[in-house]
Amino acid sequence: MKKVLSLILAVLMLLSVTLAFASCEKTDDAFKVGFIFLHDENSTYDKNFIDAAKAACAALGLTEDQMILKVNVPEGAECYDAACELVEAGCDLVFADSFGHEAFMIQAAKEFPDVQFCHATGTKAHTEKLANYHNAFASIYEGRYIAGIVAGMKLNDMIAKGEITADKAVIGYVAAWPYAEVKSGYTSFFLGARSVCPSATMKVEYTNSWFDIALEKTAAEKLIGDGCVLISQHADSEGAPKACDAAGVPNVAYNISTKDIAPNTWLISSKIDWTPYMKLIIEKTRDGKGNEIPYDWCGGIKEGSVVLTELNTALAAPGTQEAMNAAIEAFKAGTLHVFDTNTFTVNGAKLETYLADVDDLGDFVGETEVVLNGYFNESAEGKRSAPYFDLIIDGIIAAQ
Amino acid sequence: MKNNYKAHKEPLVYITKRGEMPRAKQMLIKSIVILIGIVFCAGLTILLTNENPLKVFKAMFMGSFGSPRKIWNLLQASAILLGISLAVTPAFKMRFWNTGAEGQVLIGMLASIACMIYIGDALPSWLLIIISLFASIVAGSVWAGIPGFFKAIWNTNETLFTLMMNYVAAQLVSLLIMYWVPSGSMVLGLVNSNSQNGWFPTILGQKYLLNILIVAFLTAAIYIYLKKSKQGYEIAVVGESENTARYIGINVKKVIIRTVIISGALCGVMGWILAAGTDHSINSSAVGGNGFTAIMVSWMSKFNPITMIFSSILVCFLQKGANEIASNLGLNSSVGEVLTGIIILFIVSSEFFVNYQIHFRKKNRKEKAE
Repeated sequence: MKKVLSLILAVLMLLSVTLAFASCEKTDDAFKVGFIFLHDENSTYDKNFIDAAKAACAALGLTEDQMILKVNVPEGAECYDAACELVEAGCDLVFADSFGHEAFMIQAAKEFPDVQFCHATGTKAHTEKLANYHNAFASIYEGRYIAGIVAGMKLNDMIAKGEITADKAVIGYVAAWPYAEVKSGYTSFFLGARSVCPSATMKVEYTNSWFDIALEKTAAEKLIGDGCVLISQHADSEGAPKACDAAGVPNVAYNISTKDIAPNTWLISSKIDWTPYMKLIIEKTRDGKGNEIPYDWCGGIKEGSVVLTELNTALAAPGTQEAMNAAIEAFKAGTLHVFDTNTFTVNGAKLETYLADVDDLGDFVGETEVVLNGYFNESAEGKRSAPYFDLIIDGIIAAQ
Repeated sequence: MKNNYKAHKEPLVYITKRGEMPRAKQMLIKSIVILIGIVFCAGLTILLTNENPLKVFKAMFMGSFGSPRKIWNLLQASAILLGISLAVTPAFKMRFWNTGAEGQVLIGMLASIACMIYIGDALPSWLLIIISLFASIVAGSVWAGIPGFFKAIWNTNETLFTLMMNYVAAQLVSLLIMYWVPSGSMVLGLVNSNSQNGWFPTILGQKYLLNILIVAFLTAAIYIYLKKSKQGYEIAVVGESENTARYIGINVKKVIIRTVIISGALCGVMGWILAAGTDHSINSSAVGGNGFTAIMVSWMSKFNPITMIFSSILVCFLQKGANEIASNLGLNSSVGEVLTGIIILFIVSSEFFVNYQIHFRKKNRKEKAE
């Protein structure tokens, strides 16, 4: 027993010495930015953020010592701990990339009012009203709409060539969760496709996972088996593109170009580029204007936050690039609205009014009118950046 | 004749079991093996990444000891792992292969979260914390008790049974989150984030101090239970030989069920600490694999609660170090995990050198034979 006691005492002493040493270590005053990522670069979702963080830091001349990355941070107290560690390491700005990090980022933001906390995909900044906590998203529905145009033109091409009949223009969509972000995404993609191919319909298959190669592959195979002639996705793995390549079905992906994964069937991908937002928050914080970062920031095509990857001209229908360019210009000019209520119906009726659950207070009841000026105002200024379009429109069959 | 000669020939290498070795010598052998492991890792690092191994080891060290908060976080992570290791120990000491700690902790956590959600506003925080504790203990006991009961009565395979119960627990958590969060985001967020009802109080400004103190108390309690109590002795006997236990009049079925329920109850307590003292939220992977790592910690420490303190700190230190490497040196996190795995492998294999002696064929003997 004595031995045990002395051992414990020895460890305690060692710890206290280390503690003392650690607290002696001077934190320098240089401007620093900390980033929290759910996974590492092996996840396409996180790689997209990591690339943007590095690009933004490089563009603004930050040295390697001025940026601290933390990868594989789970959506639990570990996120709060990581945020606190970053603050302690001298970070003036902390960014986190996953929806489930939000509650823990807010917890840290309350504790450190002098540090700016920015969180992608979150919903609570505009109701928490903390001066140092901010949400961001991108109007990716614009990008998906354009990717939808590419898909729709491909369907038209297949009809014209007699490969399918007009009524067989069925799109398959591999979706992660039955959640507003995903529903908003597949609806915009479908509306883009139907804007050029009026007979198009779409089947949606949920995987109930953000990243599952096998499930996504199986879902794509099932959709192809059910007669879908073109596949798109909102899930983070290469499962669906690979299934498409094996079956010879054209594929529209998300966040990464699938040129190498599906060399024969890739068409295009829409993608969020987080660099503009990262630049904004780093610059504002560095200049001591962190409070000027909006509660919600939503970049679109105009801001360079929504981009489209290379188009496979060998597979795409003739004239696709021109149609894309026209849509891009229309978005930049603000004349094209994806969720124009004249272009879709819900349960056979035009959408005249809709109360969306914009204020995420835990009641899950819609309180904000979002059908204004003839269109559903998704991710609108003064509302919130994260999507809230959660309707299933006519023409889309979503399996639950 | 030739064949006979061969049969009698001493093998090139053979091993024999050693007798009890003095502690100091054991420590020396283990230290040497771990040192070799570290050198091996250093070599591998250079080979795989071209990074200076000293830089890598420094990053690993700073990941846990770089600042006071990092040390607190290390102690918190170690306390959680230690607590779960303690929880599985009575069962493993009895040779009941409880691979279900992950699920038992998770279900305990779920019970506490459910209390916080449903009666969080009606009761004062201290009372809610106590009710949560009981709910978690019951949940954990039931989750472990079911396979324990089946094992005792029908001799079912507890490894598979407890393992399957993990999946049931995880799916149950998913189901309830789906019910609690109808938007479909599958993220619960912090429960009672404004009132902080049912949350552990911070002591001396330290969020995790109470967690650590509770686990410290558990460590002492389990130590006494296993080493000094009659029940602890019964567990040891049943673990060594059920027949012996029966012969000396131990009710084996009773001991199995009782011990497994204690094991599950302790897992429940750890779930309570995770819910009320750590995450204040839940998702299906909230235990983060600790339920499995705990098995390794428990075995590595030969079921000794005091040794487990060091083992769990070591494992958490390695895990944090691995992540620090991935984060700061831009190496893939797999590199850190490979290094962690190798060091643990060396630690485990050091047991071999403590228990066995390797002999090489001696030259002069061979000459004599000829």
